[in-house]
Amino acid sequence: MLKIRNLEAGYGKLRVLKKISMHVDAGEIVTLIGANGAGKTTLLYTIAGMIRATGGDIVLFEQNLKASSPQHIVKMGCSLVPEGRQVFSTMSVEDNLILGGYVQYRRLKSYSQAAELQSIYDIFPVLKDRKNQLAGTLSGGEQQMLAMGRALMAGPKLIMMDEPSTGLAPLIIKEIFKIIIGLREAGNTVLLVEQNAKAALAIADRGYVLETGKIILQGPADDLLNNSDVQRAYLGRDVDSATATCDII
Amino acid sequence: MNYWEEEKECMSRNDLEQLQLERLQSTLFRVTTHVPFYRKKFKDEGIDPDGFNSLADISKLPFTTKDDLRNNYPYGLFAVPLRDIVRVHASSGTTGMATVVGYTKNDLKTWSNMVARILTAAGVTDEDVVQIAFGYGMFTGGFGLHYGAERLGASVIPISSGNTKRQIQIIQDFRTTALVCTPSYALVLADAMAEMDININALSLKFGLFGGEPWSEEMRREIQTKLNIIATDNYGLSEVMGPGVAGECIERNGLHINEDHFLVEIINPETLEPLPSGEVGEVVVTTLTKEGFPVIRYRTRDLAKIIDEPCPCGRTLRRMSRIIGRTDDMLIIKGVNVYPMQIESILFDIEGTEPHYQIIVEREGRLDKVQVLVEVVESLFSDQMKKQRQLVDHIKKRLAAELGIGVEVKLVQKKTLERFNGKAKRVIDKRSL
Repeated sequence: MLKIRNLEAGYGKLRVLKKISMHVDAGEIVTLIGANGAGKTTLLYTIAGMIRATGGDIVLFEQNLKASSPQHIVKMGCSLVPEGRQVFSTMSVEDNLILGGYVQYRRLKSYSQAAELQSIYDIFPVLKDRKNQLAGTLSGGEQQMLAMGRALMAGPKLIMMDEPSTGLAPLIIKEIFKIIIGLREAGNTVLLVEQNAKAALAIADRGYVLETGKIILQGPADDLLNNSDVQRAYLGRDVDSATATCDII
Repeated sequence: MNYWEEEKECMSRNDLEQLQLERLQSTLFRVTTHVPFYRKKFKDEGIDPDGFNSLADISKLPFTTKDDLRNNYPYGLFAVPLRDIVRVHASSGTTGMATVVGYTKNDLKTWSNMVARILTAAGVTDEDVVQIAFGYGMFTGGFGLHYGAERLGASVIPISSGNTKRQIQIIQDFRTTALVCTPSYALVLADAMAEMDININALSLKFGLFGGEPWSEEMRREIQTKLNIIATDNYGLSEVMGPGVAGECIERNGLHINEDHFLVEIINPETLEPLPSGEVGEVVVTTLTKEGFPVIRYRTRDLAKIIDEPCPCGRTLRRMSRIIGRTDDMLIIKGVNVYPMQIESILFDIEGTEPHYQIIVEREGRLDKVQVLVEVVESLFSDQMKKQRQLVDHIKKRLAAELGIGVEVKLVQKKTLERFNGKAKRVIDKRSL
């Protein structure tokens, strides 16, 4: 579905991504883990078209994305749930969602806003309860759900999520991650960027480890959980202690 | 048709290349950061491991040889600290001092999976009883097949090598359905059974998975008839993992390389240039997923070619031909390159000879002299001098036509040549070159 080869990108003279190669197949949850400043968000922004790549290729649904604009990429079926939710806080919950759906609204003749909204409310019942509330008055977890719902309104085939667990209580994180698993079960494909490596690897099929702009490890998620480099660097575990288990999920 | 990991074994070439590139890039990163040997080597040769854009760029990287492994004996090339290593093996030492390899937990998992793939491709299922007559211990053959067969869910008999009588008894009593050993030992078993007057058709044997040494198509035919089984070839070497690098499917026409874990190239052993598929050369392997002991462009000294045509079995993994010899097996006789495998093929093809032979190379004065000792069926030896002479002439002619040099042929009585439980040693080179 998504194939990236030798991708390079950065800000001005600063090279952040150095020859990134990775792929995401349909129906997978792929996670990208790494420390602060490794380039995770930059990678997502580059895929989303918000940062122009300086080298390499991004191929989404067999189309080369390198020169595409963000709005075009969303139309193609690739939505981003940005870090820190970024909901429009002075608009109502429902308006936030409707806004996310305009891409489909324009494209599909048979578009039914009510049905689309209902499908989002089925996933996030709490949003229905609060649909007339201003988005800014929601709690962090609810805002995260709203941001996810807004992205889903565009009917994406690939959903990219940037640190959905940031600043949320463990119980809420658990709920958010359950929803992500649910998204996959409903046939969606998810590229998940996380600092919470353990939780991310626990729900992902495969993972990539990003360090200073390079992919240093990749493989099936449970292999990465067992990898002692990953354990030392990201799971905060001494190798001598028991093998990695996942109690977050 | 059964697959073990269909999504990998039948993936599109395009997806496979993407996966190989990703894995290669992270392998290169890991060897440069964790293995001083590679770091130094890349630095000395001015290679930037980051300047790697496509799989074809691999030809810019330096080779790793058996000597490199020996010079770093025992742990010098490990890419993880010893505490992450859960198993250590050593090469069989066919050609000198052993080389040491290590496996992490994930490596063992991958290894078992690769072997399970090969067993499945060869027709083995979880219902089979697999008798593993490879040596256990430091040699990777026994344990490699063992864990792979367990992973598959088959019933494993870890009998190890040797003790032919006991092997046969267990084949009969335990109703073994799949035999794992070297091809030469399969013939030893077959001969012993014939001698014991055992009815082959009454056995439960269905499959034979043979590896560890080069063998010929003629030898396969012989084994298949004598044991009434489907005999498949599999390939691996401890330096890159052990058995499970490549294996034949039921079509028995080339070994599918597990390309998602190994990048295989064929090079000209003299010029070191990559060869196009279809041409015979030295097999060079780069590991793509090994954690404990990754190798970059390891020169196996085995000779084979890549088969590009798709296989009817549906696997998209490319095939390699059987190993037709080793670069260090190659005899240069009177300036002509001769591989023992060529001689074997001819001998197996000729009526009246047994599948046991030995090649003795000597130097008389300045001239090389080759003598081939061949065992012949008893009936031929008892009388009929004339028939013997005819046979010798026939063999000589065939060999001369194939090899382009004249060789001496001597017939010997059945069971006079040494038998091998493991890898056979067929060539005795008495020249001091």
